[in-house]
Amino acid sequence: MIIQNPSCAGAMESNDILIMLHPSEDGVQIQLESKVKKQFGRRIESVIKTTLEQAGVTSTVVIARDKGALDYTIKARVITAVNRSLGGGSYE
Amino acid sequence: MLNSIGRILPDYVEGYGTVRPFMGAYENLTKVERKGVSALSNTCGGNKVREDLAELIGEIDIKDGMTLSFHHHLRNGDKVLNMVLKLIGGMGIKNLTIAASSLFPVHEPLVQWMKAGVVTQIVSNYISGPVAQAISTGELARPAIMHTHGGRARAIESGDLDIDIAFIAAPAADAYGNINGVQGPAACGSLGYAVSDAEYARTVVAVTDTLVPYPAQRVAISQEYVDYVVVVDSIGDPTGIVSGTTQITRNPIGLKIASQAVDVIEAAGYLKEGISFQTGAGGVSLAVAHFLKQKMLSKGVIGSFASGGITGYLVDMYEQGLFRALMDVQCFDLEAIRSFKENEGHQSMSASKYGNPHNKGAVVDQLDVMIMGATEIDLDFNVNVTTGSHGLIMGGSGGHSDTAAGSKLSIVVTQLIKVRNPIVRERVTTVTTPGETIDVVVTERGIAVNPKREKLREQLVDAGIRLVEIEDLKNMAYELTGEPEDLELDDRVVAVVEYRNGTVIDVVRMV
Repeated sequence: MIIQNPSCAGAMESNDILIMLHPSEDGVQIQLESKVKKQFGRRIESVIKTTLEQAGVTSTVVIARDKGALDYTIKARVITAVNRSLGGGSYE
Repeated sequence: MLNSIGRILPDYVEGYGTVRPFMGAYENLTKVERKGVSALSNTCGGNKVREDLAELIGEIDIKDGMTLSFHHHLRNGDKVLNMVLKLIGGMGIKNLTIAASSLFPVHEPLVQWMKAGVVTQIVSNYISGPVAQAISTGELARPAIMHTHGGRARAIESGDLDIDIAFIAAPAADAYGNINGVQGPAACGSLGYAVSDAEYARTVVAVTDTLVPYPAQRVAISQEYVDYVVVVDSIGDPTGIVSGTTQITRNPIGLKIASQAVDVIEAAGYLKEGISFQTGAGGVSLAVAHFLKQKMLSKGVIGSFASGGITGYLVDMYEQGLFRALMDVQCFDLEAIRSFKENEGHQSMSASKYGNPHNKGAVVDQLDVMIMGATEIDLDFNVNVTTGSHGLIMGGSGGHSDTAAGSKLSIVVTQLIKVRNPIVRERVTTVTTPGETIDVVVTERGIAVNPKREKLREQLVDAGIRLVEIEDLKNMAYELTGEPEDLELDDRVVAVVEYRNGTVIDVVRMV
C-alpha cells in the first residue's frame, strides 16, 4: 500500500512523537529528528518501519519529530497516522 | 590509566598537565599548605574608588595568560563578567583563564572571546547554555576544568587555581571596599562563593552599582582584601538572579518519589531531634522538604540546621521553628534574600566552609541528610550531573560531590526514565560523584541501597521499606527504553572533571 493522503498523529510534547506521513512512491523513507537520536535513533526508526510494514504500508515519506516517546507511543502514533491517511488524510 | 572507579584517563592532558587519578573519596585528606598571597598595601586611606571600569582596567595592567575570577551569585542576571570581557576583549590580550564559579546562558558573549583566543581556558563548577555547548564542541583551546564548590575553594587556597584578578560583583560596597550582598537593586544575599577569591587573588576589584557610606553594614567581604571599588550603572538584572525552579513539583510521580525519600530518612533513624538537612532547588528535591516538614511538625522534631543554596521553602521551615539555623552559601530566591537580611540564625558560609575537604572542617561533614538529583546513575552508584546522555556539558557538580561525601545519608531522587533516557544505566556518560559516597537511590519504580551500606539496608528492611537491587532498576528502565547505544565521541579532551580533593575523576571528550 502506498500512502496517498498526507496525515499526522501525535504531538511535539515531552515523551510524545509527532508522526507525519507524506505520499511517495519510492518506498519507506524516514526523516527523524530526536533529542535522543544518538542513543536511540536506530531503534526509533526500526519501530516506525516495522509498524508501517505491519500496517501494509510500502511507500511513504515519514517525518518524525520525537521528544522522547517510548516504543508503544511511537507505534500508536504511526498506526493512527496510517488510519487517518486511509480515512482521507488530514493534518489535524 | 584507570582511576579507582574504572574510568580510563590519559596520563597527561595537553593544556591541563599531568593527571592525578581519583583513588577514593576519602584519600588525599592530609596536611596541606595554603599559598602565600602578595598584597599591595593601601595605607593612609588611599582612594580605592574608580568611577569608570575602562579606566580601572587600564590601570591594573592585565597581561596575556592571566587568570580572572568571577562569582555566580547573580546567576543568569549577572552583567559583570560580560562587562569586563567586553572591555578587555578589544585590547589585544590573549590566553586568559576565566575562573567563574558557575556560568549561565547569560554568559554567551564568552563564546566569541573563546573563538578569538582571548579566553583559552575556563575553570568552573557548573556550566550551562551556549558556553557549555561551545566547550563540548571544541571551541575552547585548552580543556576546561570542572570543580566542585568545595573543590574550587580548595584549589584557590592551595594555589592550584592561582587568581590574578578577582572581579567581585558587589550588590553594595563602601568606598574602602567593604562589600555586602543585602543592599542595592541586585541584592542577592549570601556571597559565599566569592570569599576565597577575595582572600587569595593578587588584585581584588569590587564592582558595584550601590556605593554606601563607610563603613558598610553586614559586611560579607571585608576591606582588607579589596584593592579597588568600581562604580557601574548596574551589576545584574534582578529577574535573572532568582532561580526559576524553586517550586514544588506537581507531578504525581515526583511527589511519590519525594514521599518515599522521607520514608527512607525516617527508617534510617534520622528523623529526630537535631536533624541537619540539605536539598537542591529542583521540584522533586523541594517536595522532599515539603514532606519532611509535615513529618517534623507531626512528630515535634526540631532540626539543627538546613544548608546549601537556601530557598523560600527552607526559610519557611526555619521561621516555623523546625530548624535552629540556616547555613547559606547562596540564596536561591527572594524569600531567602529577605530572610538572610532579617533572621539572625540565617548565616552566610563561604564555599570553603561549605565543602572544602582540605580545611579544618566543612559544614557538609556536619550534615545528616542530603537529597540530590542525577542526570544518570550507574550500577556502582556513580552519578553524572555534568553531561547529558548526548555527551554535551549541561551542568557540573556544584555542591553535589561535596555534600554526598560529607553527609551521613545521601539520597538520589530521580524518575527512572526522563525523555526516553534511562537514568539508571550500565555506564554513565561522565562520572561527577563517586558511587562510594551515594547511599540510596529512590525512583518511582523502586528504591535501591548501595551494597556497601549493609547496615543501612538492614535498617530500611526492618522498617518495612521495600528494596530492589540497582540492577533491577536498570532492567526495568531498559525494558521500556531499550539499551542506549554507545556515544561516538572524539578522543580530544574538552574538560577535566576534578573531584573535590583535586584528583581527576573523569574527563569529558569532544562531541
